[in-house]
Amino acid sequence: MRALTWHGTHDVRVDTVDDPEIINPRDAIIKVTSTAICGSDLHLYDGVIPGLKSGDILGHEFMGEVVETGSKSTLQKGQRVIVPFTISCGGCFHCNVQQYSACENSNPAEKQDMSAALYGQPMAGLFGYSHLTGGYSGGQAEYVRVPFSDVGPLVIPDHLEDDKVLFLTDILPTGWMAAENADIQPDDTVAVWGCGPVGLFAIQSAIAMGAAKVIAIDHYPHRLELARKLGAEIVNFRETHVLEALMEMSGGLGVDAVIDAVGMEAHGFAVDNMLEVVKQKVGIGADRAHALREAITAVRFGGKISIPGVYGGLTDKFPTGALMEKGIQLKTGQTHVQKYTRPLLEKIEDGSLDTTFLISHRLPLEDAPRGYKCFHDQQDSWTKVVLKPGMEKQA
Amino acid sequence: MMSHDDQGSGFGAAAGIGLALGAAALGAFLSSRPRGERRKDWHGDDAPGFTQRRSFGKYDVVGRSVTIRKPRHELYAFWRSFQNLPQVMENLESVRPSGDGRSVWTIKAPGGTSVEVETEIAREVENELIAWRSVEGSQIDTEGRVTFEDAPGGRGTRVGLIIAYDPPGGEIGRAIAKLFLREPAVQARHDLKRFKMLMETGEIATSVRRKDQTRAAQQNSGQEYA
Repeated sequence: MRALTWHGTHDVRVDTVDDPEIINPRDAIIKVTSTAICGSDLHLYDGVIPGLKSGDILGHEFMGEVVETGSKSTLQKGQRVIVPFTISCGGCFHCNVQQYSACENSNPAEKQDMSAALYGQPMAGLFGYSHLTGGYSGGQAEYVRVPFSDVGPLVIPDHLEDDKVLFLTDILPTGWMAAENADIQPDDTVAVWGCGPVGLFAIQSAIAMGAAKVIAIDHYPHRLELARKLGAEIVNFRETHVLEALMEMSGGLGVDAVIDAVGMEAHGFAVDNMLEVVKQKVGIGADRAHALREAITAVRFGGKISIPGVYGGLTDKFPTGALMEKGIQLKTGQTHVQKYTRPLLEKIEDGSLDTTFLISHRLPLEDAPRGYKCFHDQQDSWTKVVLKPGMEKQA
Repeated sequence: MMSHDDQGSGFGAAAGIGLALGAAALGAFLSSRPRGERRKDWHGDDAPGFTQRRSFGKYDVVGRSVTIRKPRHELYAFWRSFQNLPQVMENLESVRPSGDGRSVWTIKAPGGTSVEVETEIAREVENELIAWRSVEGSQIDTEGRVTFEDAPGGRGTRVGLIIAYDPPGGEIGRAIAKLFLREPAVQARHDLKRFKMLMETGEIATSVRRKDQTRAAQQNSGQEYA
């Protein structure tokens, strides 16, 4: 089959590789019809996430048709399914309390040591990511082996086309959980750093949850315009002092809830960020945490912080003082996708959520390297790339 | 035989098992209080003995706990049939009964070799504990114990595995084992995780894409698993 493989920083290629096979009884094989490039794929592209090997197949947002099932799979050939990026067994303690992204059984035993050393306990298995999270082959391919196919995949009704439901695999639940983690109350003012896909969906979700005012912070005019269309007020950090603006826009109180949808590769020329760019370049596992620092400063005393943005390592100059003194509520984490897929599918079906506005480009799988480069270099106009393995390559 | 004064620990009741082999080591690490060299400033804590920052003489001691969302009797039944263990224990090639309640464990050793250890059941309490030890004349001097207790809050069963052994070849043997990633502490951790996977999910997670890349296939063809 053809698949998008990682070979090094800014080096991804479409290669011919072996087709996947059923290995375990609960597996299924999915023929991919749509798969997206995620903002967190760009962290892999930039080489700032450890534990990738040359030849790894990337991609964790994918859907398609069931073409093969193991003896214990509950799927049937021919069904259309979306597949959550988190691999969850459904049988462990964490799955039982719906903390699916902390599944104890999906990361192979021999792959658990590195993340356990970093974080105290091992991470769960994720598709198309680092070997810290299992080294599972991803969905930017023609076929994918899906473990625990009786737990994760959700069957999609035929009348809903791919573009309407594809984002149930990751970014829509991630945006939704980000807003849920900010514990939004009806009269809250909410600030969201980053108007990438997750930030935009967090804005959409916060508004759906009844936030009185949502303020979006970014520097890409087009992305800020998308945020404004969703109903947010916007702040361009290239033109405006963010902290000052947020104090004014929250009437001098500070904002009730903040959402860091930026993560470890913050942009900008603030002093802390420039130092951290250097540290990341020399490869010492450093996170660039400018957005998070700013969010902690901007939130009101007794306010709420939600971090859907990806961090992987350590950061310096972390404002522990503000964190403690302000009496903040902090919620973080990889998304428990399986918890959200059904209720969010209902919202898509009844028309209360539409996510198709985000898609700026649809490309054949063969064009995936160009998709990565443009999504990376032209973030203003390339807001979301969907790859279609069945689509003919353009001349 | 050591005296055992650890009344609080669930392991304490069984401290009398390792009479000949590894007894000193196993007894000491089960206790949460150091023996013999008791220091004046030592007040004792409630952590398992094997988590102490101390050594156990010539014995290496490996201890690990895991919580499994299954009732005790199911887990006990799987473990009690030692022939099941190669399914989850990577370095265990086979276990075959040798009469009198004894069994012969064939264990992979560094450099493509294997060693055989004949073991006997030292103590067992149905659905609670199985302890075994190598018999005299075995190639490795070892003993081990697995315990099953109800986890709090209906979380299933807390399984504790403790193995004490005198590494073959002493310090050099230990270094070689580490070099071949056959270090028992790492192995025990992985083995318990695989046991948990098999019990909770009915299968053992793998991220390979092809049948010929699985652990079993690679081991049969003599390749090291990558």
